[in-house]
Formats: sequence, C-alpha cells, structure tokens
Amino acid sequence: MNILNLIKVSVNAVLNNKMRSFLSMLGIIIGVAAVIAMMSIGQGSKESIRRELSTMGTNLLTIRPGADMRGGVRQDPSAMQTLKPADYERICAEKKYVSNVSPEVTSAGQVIFGNNNTNSTIYGEAPEYLEIKQWDVQYGDCFTDEDIRKASKVCVVGKTIVDELFGEGKEEEAIGKNIRFKSIPMRIVGVLKSKGYNSWGMDQDNVIIAPYTCVMKRIAAQTYFSSIVCSALTEELSDPAIEELNQILRSNHKIKDTSGASDDFTIRSQAEMMQTMSSTMDTVTTILGIAAGFSLLIAGIGIMNIMLVSVTERTKEIGLRMAVGATGFVISFQFLIESILISITGGIFGVALGVAASNFVMPIFGMPSTVPAWSIFLSFGVCVIIGIVFGYIPARKAASMDPIEAIRHE
Amino acid sequence: MAEEKDNRKVVIELQDVKRYFQVGSETVKALRGISFKIYEGEFVTIQGTSGSGKSTLLNQLGCLDTPTSGEYFLDGIPVRKMSKNQRAHLRNRKIGFVFQNYNLLAKTTAVENVELPLMYNNNYNAKQRREAAIKALQAVGLGDRLDHKSNQMSGGQMQRVAIARALVNEPAVLLADEATGNLDTRTSFEMLVLFQKLHQEGHTIIFVTHNPEIAEYASRNINLRDGKIREDTINPNIKSAAEALAALPKPQDD
Repeated sequence: MNILNLIKVSVNAVLNNKMRSFLSMLGIIIGVAAVIAMMSIGQGSKESIRRELSTMGTNLLTIRPGADMRGGVRQDPSAMQTLKPADYERICAEKKYVSNVSPEVTSAGQVIFGNNNTNSTIYGEAPEYLEIKQWDVQYGDCFTDEDIRKASKVCVVGKTIVDELFGEGKEEEAIGKNIRFKSIPMRIVGVLKSKGYNSWGMDQDNVIIAPYTCVMKRIAAQTYFSSIVCSALTEELSDPAIEELNQILRSNHKIKDTSGASDDFTIRSQAEMMQTMSSTMDTVTTILGIAAGFSLLIAGIGIMNIMLVSVTERTKEIGLRMAVGATGFVISFQFLIESILISITGGIFGVALGVAASNFVMPIFGMPSTVPAWSIFLSFGVCVIIGIVFGYIPARKAASMDPIEAIRHE
Repeated sequence: MAEEKDNRKVVIELQDVKRYFQVGSETVKALRGISFKIYEGEFVTIQGTSGSGKSTLLNQLGCLDTPTSGEYFLDGIPVRKMSKNQRAHLRNRKIGFVFQNYNLLAKTTAVENVELPLMYNNNYNAKQRREAAIKALQAVGLGDRLDHKSNQMSGGQMQRVAIARALVNEPAVLLADEATGNLDTRTSFEMLVLFQKLHQEGHTIIFVTHNPEIAEYASRNINLRDGKIREDTINPNIKSAAEALAALPKPQDD
C-alpha cells in the first residue's frame, strides 16, 4: 500500500467521525492558539519597548556620576558631584567616536503662567540634546549656543506644558510668552513635537528644556552636572565610544589605570539597556510559552485517548484489513497518519485562531502583539511531534491485533 | 473419493495438519491431523458441529494461523514457516474471504469496499483498482449500485459486495465462512445461486457451514468431527440453487 492510499484512508476515517475528530482537535487548536497568542504578546511587548528605546536613540550614551552600587553598599555622596564642566569641554574637544554631547542638569518645580500652574521638570541642556534624543521642535526654534554663553532665560517646552498653561492647541500662541519656573521668568522659544507616554507610563511631553548654563546658575545653583548625554557615531560604534569617554574622564579625574581605584562615573549605553529589557521580556515570553505548551501536552494526551477508543471501536475493521492483506506495519502507519492528521489540522486551525486573536483581540485590550513567524513553525512542529508521539501507542495497539480475533470482534 | 482425479491442478493441500492450543495447563487439540487436497474448480463445503474444529481449519486455510505440525500448501506454497507479514501478502494475492457478517467498512461505498484488498497491492494504480472493483461488482449483479453506501444496502446486497470484494484480487480460492448464516431463506438461495454461478465460471470455493442443506448444492463435502475428517464425499448430483429459489413461495408483500 503506498503512502498516498494510506493518507486517503486516514482522511476518510477522520471525515467519517467528524464530531470525534473535531473534539480531539479542539485541544490542539486551543493549545496552539494559546502558544501563539502568548508568544505574540511577548514579542509585541519586546518590540514596543525596543521601539520606545530606539526613539530615544539607539546610540545614546549616558554618563552618570558615582560608581555603581556595589553589593548594596551606599556610595560616597560626594561622588555625586564628579561631573564638571571641564569634563564636558574636554569631551567636546577630543571626541572621535562621539558625535554629540550635552551636559544635563535637572530641577523639578512649579511652572506658572497667568493664573495656571503645573508641576514639571526643567532640563538644562546644550542644543545638541535634541539631536541626541532625536527630538524635533515643532513650533518656533531651539535656543542657540549664544543663549548657552549668555545663560539666557529661554526655554523649549513639551506639549503637556502648553496644554496645561495655555490650553490645548495653543502652541503658536505660547511662543514668546514668559512662563515662570520657580519664580524665574523664562521665555518660550519653541514647542517640542509630542512623544506621548513611554512604556513605563511617564509623560515625555511634560518637560521644559533650557540652556544648561541658565539652569546651573539661575535655578539649581550648582557647579556640577547631573549627567552628560552623548551619542555615538552609530549604534555599532557604541563600544569604542564608551572606551573613549572612559579614557577622557579617567584622565580628567586623575584616576590612574594602575592605582586600582574605581571610576567615579558610570557610562551606560542604550544598547545595553535594550539588551536588559529584551532579556527580561524573553524570560517572560518563555514562561508564558511553557504554560501554554502544557496545554498542548494535555491536548496530545486527549488525542491519544480518542485514538485508543477509535482503535478499539474499529477492531473489526482492523481485522478485516489484516485478513485482506494489510500487514501490522501498514495498519500502525494508518493510525499514525490519522493522529498526525488530527494534530496537524488542529494545528492549522490553532495557528489561524492564534493569529486572529493576536491581531484582532489583543489590540482591544490594549496589549501590544506581534506574531513571530518562528512561533508558527514551532507550534506546527510540536503538533507533528504530538501526533507521532501520542499516536504511537494506539497505532501499536492496532498493529498487534490478531486478525482471527479482531475479525470476529463484536 | 477426490484422489481419483489428480490430473487437475491442486489449489490446496493439507498434509497431516495438527493445531494444538495451550489453554492454561491443558492442551486443546483443535485439529488432530487433517489431510486433503482441493483441486481447482471445486465447490467444497466443510461441515461440522461447533467444536469440530471447522473454524480452526478455516483459519488454517485462510493463512490467518499456522499449523502446530504438518504442512499446508496454498497454490503450491508452503505456509507453515511463513512470517506474519508474508502470510498477509499471501492472503492479499491468493485468498478471497467472505464473512458471515459481511464486514463491510461503514459509511463507505460499495465500490470503495470492493477496492479494499487492492489498496494493499502495489501492482494496481487507482484507475486499475476502480476498474477491477466495478468488474467484480458487475459479476455479483451490483453493477448499478456502485456508489451506494454500506448502510443503504440490504443484507443480501451487503453480502454480494463482500463476495465482490473477495473476487476482486482474482484469488486462487474463495473462502466463505457461514456466508448465508445471517440471511433469510430466500436471500440465502440467491447467494447460493451466485456461488454456483461462480463455481461454473471455474472459481475454487470453500464454504464453511453448519447447515447440511448447503452441501447438496456443492460438488464435494468434507465433514469434520473432533478435529478429524469424518467423511469426504463427492456430490454425484448437484442440486440447482436457481430451481430451489424458483420453487420457494413468492414473498407476499410484493
């Protein structure tokens, strides 16, 4: 008997018992759909975080003062003041792998315009900051290098500030107006393009960006930076850029390579952060996938059950087939194909259901989801394996029947 | 006796076939040494009461089982030492089974049922299989019911399909096991008419039954008792089943 005939016989057997076949498929359908849905949620979240992070610039490097927390030991508070304007100037002068640099000084406080007020954070930056963060000014312009030199009281604000102080859609009117941050008047020169909320729920538009000199002298009254943000020439050049920044800062801070003293600054790259995030999401996806995978296992056992019943029920048919010349091997193959057929068909429906659920249902609940192609192949492969593994025992049972007894079975 | 005509081809030869079963500590001697030859074109009934060993003998003749001792030649091929798979292959090519309860596949059309043995024969492709099945169904008078499903047929029709299935592989011998056992008198005679027709066309038929009446329509009768042959007689005047059928009272409701 050739394989085509066997497949035909098995297809007929499945079709002859539509209800039973469907019920045993149901487990597989749900299992596969669950696996795919879980994987797509995992993948979707991962991608949305990645997108989020890459809008901040994948080549972003952040220098923060102070060494890392080591084993829970609190670092010297004076370490917080290690980033000085001298560091910034030296980086600007010597940078090779770094394209843009901006020091950062922040201060949180109340902003007032007329009889409206809101709470926000003022970021003291260099004009390069917007380029590093890949952020555009939508109305008006950014402040200039001259404003930096003069420590001018000018600022660029996010959309939320405009909405709160001037009303929605009043961006054009806001330009040129003076708002007061901690009672210091600041003139708005530009409004930033809206970025919305980031994935951990922070409103990225609730910002005021001003020349760092202005914030240092007039608002925060400090001589050091909270951090320095840089961008590497490209994402791939992040590592040499980090090395470069390391050397500049170590020499500026007189930390000798041989002394064994630890750095009083930390450099983090966006790529590193993305990796941490992705690996966290991968773990979550794996856990979700394993949970869903168990439902596939149970579905497989369901198929085995149905096939065992089917074999017993069809004892007479098996006896007849053997009497007219089917060998045990051919019989076992027939039942094996049948169970594979059930699991694959279930798999196909499951994939369809899973993809549909990911594309239409998840967005309703606001869950990001992207169906990864490999999850389709994976669950499909698992279906074939389930068909073989759980079809094997019933197939063996069928093959080992004695035709004499089988044919007289009632 | 059968030995008189050895110029004809021997289809089946049993040489002192014994078949013992071990049931617990006891040995059941189902066949205690059976020898006979069946020639091509014979219509043989094998009779015996229950427990006489006729089912065991049928299993031997059908290559479903092998003798404990002795030898069985089917169409000249020794069967005793064959493996399960070899016997399956031999059954496929040399034997046509007709069972008491038809054993048709449910929800399957007549022609598909008849094709079944050829499904296990790689010498046939789909087209040849279909042609052979149609031919066999025409031979049993069901040429107009090819696509009827088994549950849409009467007992007599189902048995005809089963006979067509037994004929489709052009077997050396047709083995019928109580083939009329589940049928009413009239349909039984119709079946006998068909068997006689097949006999006249030259088929070798072995008909296992407990009904002594059937022996009158066959060419030879082997009678078993306690695992041995009690009688092996040639039937000198074979009755015509067609005449017997005509003599039956007409069914009243049509």
